Amino acid sequence: MTLTEFLQHMANGVSLGSLYALIAIGYTMVYGILRLINFAHGDIFMIAAYVAFFGIGIFSLPWWVSFILAVVITAFIGALIERAGYRPLRNSPRISVLISAIGISFLLENLGLVLFGGRPKAFYRPPVFAQVFLVKGVAVQVLTIYIPLVTIVLLACLLYLVHKTKTGMAMRACSRDFETARLMAINVDRIVSVTFVVGSALAAVGGIMWSLKFPQIHPLMGIFPGLKCFIAAVLGGIGNITGAVIGGFILGILEIMLVAFFPALSGYRDAFAFVILILILLFRPTGILGETMAEKV
Amino acid sequence: MKQTTKSLLTLATVILFFTVLYFANKYLDPYKLIILTLCGINVVLGLSMNLINGFTGQFSLGHAGFMAVGAYTAALLTMPPEVKEMNWFAVPMWPPLHDLCWPFFLAVIMGGLVAAFFGFLIGIPVLRLRGDYLAIATLGFAEVIRVVIINVKPLTNGALGLKAIPVVTDVFWAWGAAVLTIFLMIRLINSSYGLALKSINSDEIAAEAMGVNLFYHKMLSFVLSSFLAGVGGALLGGLLGTVDPTMFTFLMTFNILLIVVLGGLGSITGSVIGAVFVTILMEWLRIVESPVDLGFVQIPGIPGMRMVIFSFLLVLVIIFYQQGLLGRRELTWEGIFNLLRQVQERFKKRNKDKSVPSSEVG
Repeated sequence: MTLTEFLQHMANGVSLGSLYALIAIGYTMVYGILRLINFAHGDIFMIAAYVAFFGIGIFSLPWWVSFILAVVITAFIGALIERAGYRPLRNSPRISVLISAIGISFLLENLGLVLFGGRPKAFYRPPVFAQVFLVKGVAVQVLTIYIPLVTIVLLACLLYLVHKTKTGMAMRACSRDFETARLMAINVDRIVSVTFVVGSALAAVGGIMWSLKFPQIHPLMGIFPGLKCFIAAVLGGIGNITGAVIGGFILGILEIMLVAFFPALSGYRDAFAFVILILILLFRPTGILGETMAEKV
Repeated sequence: MKQTTKSLLTLATVILFFTVLYFANKYLDPYKLIILTLCGINVVLGLSMNLINGFTGQFSLGHAGFMAVGAYTAALLTMPPEVKEMNWFAVPMWPPLHDLCWPFFLAVIMGGLVAAFFGFLIGIPVLRLRGDYLAIATLGFAEVIRVVIINVKPLTNGALGLKAIPVVTDVFWAWGAAVLTIFLMIRLINSSYGLALKSINSDEIAAEAMGVNLFYHKMLSFVLSSFLAGVGGALLGGLLGTVDPTMFTFLMTFNILLIVVLGGLGSITGSVIGAVFVTILMEWLRIVESPVDLGFVQIPGIPGMRMVIFSFLLVLVIIFYQQGLLGRRELTWEGIFNLLRQVQERFKKRNKDKSVPSSEVG
């Protein structure tokens, strides 16, 4: 493999990784606070792509209006899912909430199939994002640069939100202990809603950029990115936002490199992430940046 | 009630049930027979999932993978050589497979055993995990199994799947397996192993403190559950006559999960009722997907609506009726007789109430 090829793969890996990172943040935030794998997260990602698609295609909005609208609507849907599907189960065993999450995920996928149709649709790619330029013989799509940039900017905003604002402090308190947070006059339900809004909005940005990069959308498109991004979150240390981003980048780059170096294994690409998950859970269950927590009896 | 009376009653019920099956097999049309057979297979699958998820409390979502292993094993073992030659037209087949042609019964058992072996291998790393981590890891392994099946073409024919598998499964095979599984489960749950599993479910740390070997018992439950899932998969392959990797996606696991949750996590009889209910509902709801003509207005069918309804049902049940149909309770002979007695007493009371005013008038 020449250096040029390597760089090309690296660029691909970084942009795929930053998409993973964006979605992984949503998982890690929800898990940090509710200790719940939000199975529906991948489907929220799909909904964002469809809302943006319909905004451009049916209501012929300018692409940026449509994208913003998609983020807002998706964030709202995310909060709605929490309100309807998870909040009634706040005091139930965790397995019940997990089953509810699986049910909602299936509901969204199948509603998608019924409402949007099972046929993949071509996503409109605004000319701004379609340009390609050459850096020392490496063909780079503008998107490959934009995607990591957007991710980093959003990460900075999020870190500010979590570490410097009152809402963020409340979020961190909730992730430690619900009861104590309540005693500190924190409205736990509101904080959980905010978490879902933020997580879903990030998933929406991820979904839109995903559709720009792979411009074909389908109601089941969220399943695999969803599972992989959860793995990315575990890899980085679940509950830790920076960790989720690092995990996303590592997973994206490793996945592209696996296919680049061992083309014979390309059929196993989707299985690869799960193998990483098992290895991580066995050898470092807290992930790269996670802190160990003693088990409460 | 005496133990012998109960055993006799159970025996009588089983005989009666198989007599009914015999007549059903003779007089029902093929479509209904297939649904009845599917019910039996789903009973096996539901119990298999209930064992690990309901009784042991280890949330495993890997059933589709184990079913795939069982279905492929049984299919490869039962297909006659000429059918195999017909299937592998794209890539050459792994030669030792060519002449294998086992009787169905042995193939089904072998399917279960191979699935159990996979369960054992997967269980070693995975069963150390808890709760939702276990769920996502088993889900992942099921997906890995599927990806491997797609890629190992000489063994599995890849994405094309296997066609023209001898169709052997009928109502007797399916329900025979179901009844055997029910008895196995009852014996297991009432044994000391069953107690250990239940104690793990209620509190792992307390169970360990009481001297329950956590890993051993979880593994036992997981391997047995994989075995049953493999048997279910093998029977399903033998019913449909075709297996391919798309059959064994997470959707399959979801359907079984629905059965178990509806019937009650941790109830054997609940799973049986859930399996029959879900299987029949799944077919009955086809109405929603085909156009309905009400005479004055025509409602167009909505393809895919069934799964929307089912996922909605799962969410509703888990939010509003968490314990499902039976919860952790069982339908026992004592329960049935007590119920009958209560009904009888209520009738007597009502008759008395009625008779009092009439005597006054008289």
